[in-house]
Amino acid sequence: MMVELRNMSFAYRGQPSLYEGFDLFVRRGESWSIIGPSGCGKTTLLYLLAGLLHPTGGSIGVDGHPIRRPRPSTGLVLQDHGLLPWATVRENARLGFSIRMFYGPDGKHAPKAPKPGKIVAEREIDHWLQRLGIETLRDKYPSQLSRGQRQRTALARTLALSPDLLLMDEPFSALDAGIREDLQNLMIGFHRESNLTSILVTHEIEEAVFVGERILVLSGETNREPHIVSNDVAGRPGDRNQPAFRDLCDKLRLLIGGLM
Amino acid sequence: MTALIGLGMFFGAWQLLALVIHRSIMPSPVTVLPIFFVSLWGDLGLHLLASAGRVLAATGLAVSLAVPVGLGLGQVRKLDRVFGPLIGIVYPIPKIVFLPVIYVLLGITDVSKIFLIFLIIFFQILVVVRDEAAGLRPELILSVRSLGAGRRALFRYVYLPASLPAVLTALRVSVGTAIAVLFIAEQSLTTYGLGYYIVVETFQVLRYPEMYAGILAMGLLGVGFYVVIQHLELRFNRYLYVEGE
Repeated sequence: MMVELRNMSFAYRGQPSLYEGFDLFVRRGESWSIIGPSGCGKTTLLYLLAGLLHPTGGSIGVDGHPIRRPRPSTGLVLQDHGLLPWATVRENARLGFSIRMFYGPDGKHAPKAPKPGKIVAEREIDHWLQRLGIETLRDKYPSQLSRGQRQRTALARTLALSPDLLLMDEPFSALDAGIREDLQNLMIGFHRESNLTSILVTHEIEEAVFVGERILVLSGETNREPHIVSNDVAGRPGDRNQPAFRDLCDKLRLLIGGLM
Repeated sequence: MTALIGLGMFFGAWQLLALVIHRSIMPSPVTVLPIFFVSLWGDLGLHLLASAGRVLAATGLAVSLAVPVGLGLGQVRKLDRVFGPLIGIVYPIPKIVFLPVIYVLLGITDVSKIFLIFLIIFFQILVVVRDEAAGLRPELILSVRSLGAGRRALFRYVYLPASLPAVLTALRVSVGTAIAVLFIAEQSLTTYGLGYYIVVETFQVLRYPEMYAGILAMGLLGVGFYVVIQHLELRFNRYLYVEGE
């Protein structure tokens, strides 16, 4: 089991509970979407999994270990503003490695395994810059990039560290439709060839259906039990206009409406 | 090239003034420059070094204290709520008014002069670093933390480079004030420093050409700091000057 939430509760101070006695199990290699109305705690759940927030009750385990702080092999990609404005694309993509070398393999900030050599790291960064189609932009600063290019840089930075769990918070929602589909296809292709477990938060029903093999629907009230929709039309480019895809989108729309 | 043109215009205007005024208080640069270059290797050089040393020591001290304190205030809202009002009141006070108090408390040594300049630069940098740190987007901090960064790596890879441009700008602005204040502080209770040289050793005994050599040295000190800081700005803030799309 990659992610285990048992009896998990969470509330921001002075606000009603977002989660109470919440259970969730994500198996290794699965691709999930999380969807729900704004304010339902989607992003909060992602931050909890990332170890950036801590549950007020119950437990969160990732890869069999309780999580108390950000875990070195979990990758997190946010919607925007995650890049260092003073660093070039390449320096930004290298940031994860820089931090690992800064600490050494201490098992807390970086994986216990011996740190990758400089050459291996550089090769890995090159590989991902190329894979994401931004190798010609390596010396540009984030302010010189389009939103899509910035998001590709953020993805390269995260994927270069070979995470086993990838958490994404609306990574594509600020992008133009064409670029968004490109990146979704890229991520699906990558998911297929690697054994990466990924969890994507989105407010767009189509994206949730396109990316998530399993879809967690959250409600605007306190979430006590997970509403999970299995999805066997996920990850098929070109299927967006097929009846099965549209039916599932409609089903989700109703479910979200009912939970609000 | 522009520097040469600037120098040429500066000395040209000076020469013109000297011709028009035609009194001993306005000697020509032709008289002053030889004295300047000769005495720079003697007495004047020592005075210049003394002043430069004080500014450097105060700057180093101010930067190394104001940056961490500013980062702390900028990132921890509670701290800023407690100390913000105090800083708001102390920041605009011209620090030179504390000179007598500093003399009494710290004695009439170099320490008191350095401390006075330190105060000026410290508050300038403190305020800009605090505002810069407070303006960092939480998303940026979160995503760098998710890459494994703890407090130390955040400081090294985020806070420090984020506040560097502001620190340099604050320095560029405040070093001029610091040198001006030093000029006043050096006029008494010391025997070395350009302020002492210009006022006590030359002005008060009517050695005007030597006084101008002192003024030139003071100018050199100001320009020197300015050029060094500007150079650092160009080197570290390259990303601020690139063209966006």
